[in-house]
Amino acid sequence: MGRYVVRRLLQAIPVFLGSTLLIFLMMYSLPGDPVRALWGEQSVDPAQIAALKKDLGLDLPLWQQYLNYIGGLFQGDFGTQIASQRPVSEVIADALPITIRLTLFAFTFTVLVGISLGIVAGLWADRLLDRGMLIFTLLLISVPSFVLGYTAQFWLAFKFQLLTPTVQDSEALGDLLMPAIVLGSLSLAYVVRLTRTSVVENLRSDYIRTAIAKGLPRRRVIGVHLMRNSLIPVVTFLGTDLGALLGGAVITEGIFNVQGVGNLVYEALLRREGSTVVGVVTLLVILYLTISLIVDLLYAVLDPRIRYV
Amino acid sequence: MRGARSAKFAAGAIAVTMAVTACGGDSGDDGKKSSSGKPEGYVSIEVGEPQNAPIPSDTNESNGSYIVKALFTQLLEHDNEGKPVYLNAESIETEDSKTWTVKLKDGWTFHNGEKVTAQSYVDTWNWAAHIKNNQKNSFWFADIKGYADVHPEKGDAKADTMSGLKVVDDLTFTIELAEAVPYFEYKLGYTTWAPLPKSAMEDPKAFAKNPVGNGPYKFEKWNHKKLFQVAAYDKYKGDDKAANKGIQFKNYSTPEAAYQELISGNLDVVRQIASRDLPKYKSDLGDRAIEEPFAGVQSIVPAFYSKPFKDVDPKVIQGLSMAIDRETIAKTVLNGTRDAATSFTPPQVMGNQDLDSPAFKFDPKRAKELVEEGGGVPGNKVWIQFNADGGHKDWITAVCENIRQNTGVECIPDSKPDFQTDLDLRDANKVKGMYRGGWVADYPVNVNFMRELYHTKAEANSGRFSNKEIDKLMEKGDNAESLEESVKIYQEVELKLAEEMPAIPVFNYKINAGYGKDVENVTTDWHGDIVVNEVTVK
Repeated sequence: MGRYVVRRLLQAIPVFLGSTLLIFLMMYSLPGDPVRALWGEQSVDPAQIAALKKDLGLDLPLWQQYLNYIGGLFQGDFGTQIASQRPVSEVIADALPITIRLTLFAFTFTVLVGISLGIVAGLWADRLLDRGMLIFTLLLISVPSFVLGYTAQFWLAFKFQLLTPTVQDSEALGDLLMPAIVLGSLSLAYVVRLTRTSVVENLRSDYIRTAIAKGLPRRRVIGVHLMRNSLIPVVTFLGTDLGALLGGAVITEGIFNVQGVGNLVYEALLRREGSTVVGVVTLLVILYLTISLIVDLLYAVLDPRIRYV
Repeated sequence: MRGARSAKFAAGAIAVTMAVTACGGDSGDDGKKSSSGKPEGYVSIEVGEPQNAPIPSDTNESNGSYIVKALFTQLLEHDNEGKPVYLNAESIETEDSKTWTVKLKDGWTFHNGEKVTAQSYVDTWNWAAHIKNNQKNSFWFADIKGYADVHPEKGDAKADTMSGLKVVDDLTFTIELAEAVPYFEYKLGYTTWAPLPKSAMEDPKAFAKNPVGNGPYKFEKWNHKKLFQVAAYDKYKGDDKAANKGIQFKNYSTPEAAYQELISGNLDVVRQIASRDLPKYKSDLGDRAIEEPFAGVQSIVPAFYSKPFKDVDPKVIQGLSMAIDRETIAKTVLNGTRDAATSFTPPQVMGNQDLDSPAFKFDPKRAKELVEEGGGVPGNKVWIQFNADGGHKDWITAVCENIRQNTGVECIPDSKPDFQTDLDLRDANKVKGMYRGGWVADYPVNVNFMRELYHTKAEANSGRFSNKEIDKLMEKGDNAESLEESVKIYQEVELKLAEEMPAIPVFNYKINAGYGKDVENVTTDWHGDIVVNEVTVK
């Protein structure tokens, strides 16, 4: 197990270097000069632009910029934002916790509600309840998240005035409720369906029949024997999904005014703030790698056969 | 056994991540609920995160200028008729438009208690103009004698101070310009000319975290990307004293989100209604909806180096201009958010005149004739370049449709992904035909809408229009003896421009704003900004 973890961590290094280099190159290839854009339609002074670029190290050749960046990164320096002259690490520290909070909220919602609904649907397969669930999840999958977001905003905030339409305080769970549900709803649909199928399949398997024949109480058959095997595909999905939630919060964050990473990256891209984009993506890569490591470890817990491979 | 151990490990890892995010989350705010709780008597307004720290000479975008205006006060400002209103200045006098004597009002202080003196102004301007301090608005000081020494076009500065600035006594200083500029006093109304306390110039980085100004509001807190809060400064001496207890400038991720908050009563003022909400905002808000014109002009500008417009006969451009049905586009496509332009200057500036030029009137028949008389454009095709991130697509498409139908010239909207790319192409002389240009007044004189845009050497002249006769006339206007005379000469310039058509002005800007039930006295200035200090809380 220990060696397995170490190997996984070592694998992360080339992935990390590769992805940062890739983002770096992509940002560089975009047209538009972020320093020049600070002056907008106004008069421009080339001497000042040159001076600013020199300060930020943007006048160096690309490979040198990349090396400087990576070098700085190991000393905890994420670079400097061009417009505000603030350290990127500070900018990210403002935004990342908000997104993580939103994501974890959405994730918890997906896990708890999704798995419970999936089990219920699976145990009562092909009954009215199950059909209803299929239609409901089909709806969630087919409706784009911005439609869902605006609809929820309209009904819950304006018609019934239950919640605030946008997030005022990103630390108040009540404020985050609506965006979290909207963000989590797409994965919710997948989790329900995955769990349901998996439960239905495993219900017909030999070991369940054996467990029932042994006279085990129903609670134990479902809770231990059925669940443990049915959750493997769900956990795989949830692992990758957590990363997708983190990165894909752009639309939801926009609708509900969450000042998180999604917004940050979007604005930084528009302004060609290379260091900010690379910084956020670097962190997302690290999170993604960590999550997939946790998922793989969870596998081993769920299925002993995987453990010994 | 092994299974159990790894389960513990995984659970531990999750707990660690949760703990990390939880403590990271607290560090951003200095108190719970800080961004939603508004102190009593404060007004909240939607203003995005300023691009950089609020230093007047380094702020040239609208979010930052709101904050600079709250924290700082310069010598004077302009009322909605364009007349100067003295704030920190007691008087500004000149005899030859070259040497100006400024007397300050007594008893003004910065928020830290430091006195505002003539020396504060002179030091600040010298600092802001100096090349090594890299202030974005440094070119504003270029009129002053000795600017080239502190801010040479190339290389290091030759001097630390400009020779044109002299302190006479505590409250008096003189400004000597390199050449006479009759409208110089008007330029002084821009926030860039506000004074900084000593600490700002000694350590700008520390100052950025805790700005100290001399304006109607003092700094309270800045939660980046969320909120910038200022409180009324009770020792403020200017006429624009705060009528409320403070302002919260709140950052929203989209204008739509801000509008939602306005409707539900969590936000007092929205300064720009999102295009999605424009059709219904008047019925939502009733008389709390604001629609006011301001001093800005939107044009499409031919690039005179491009294939279609190289050596073009001005008649062709006049024809293209006459093919555009400005009124209808403003009313339908733009939901009444613009007025049709009838001249090169907006009505809010001194010297605006009714050009009565046929070139600004919609006349499809004459349009076609003029284009043909002028010999048409090579390839019978023009492009209009615009940035797709600015919401210009719809009206540009409509303008193109007009041109195509009424003149037979093929017109293609040339969309660029964002403003950066758009600017890059303009700077590099790579515009294919025309580009969308916009200009909002820096000072309310007609000069500002011509000198900065169409003089051969003007830096914002990205169409590279060049006409010796017009240049000469502009220079004559710049050297006129009085402001009135200068404005008059520029009115002549405008008539000449209507013949040469260096650009096709299409619309004058309007601000579409709105406010909530809890506040009153929400007005706008000639600049299109909400006058925040006058807003009162019910």
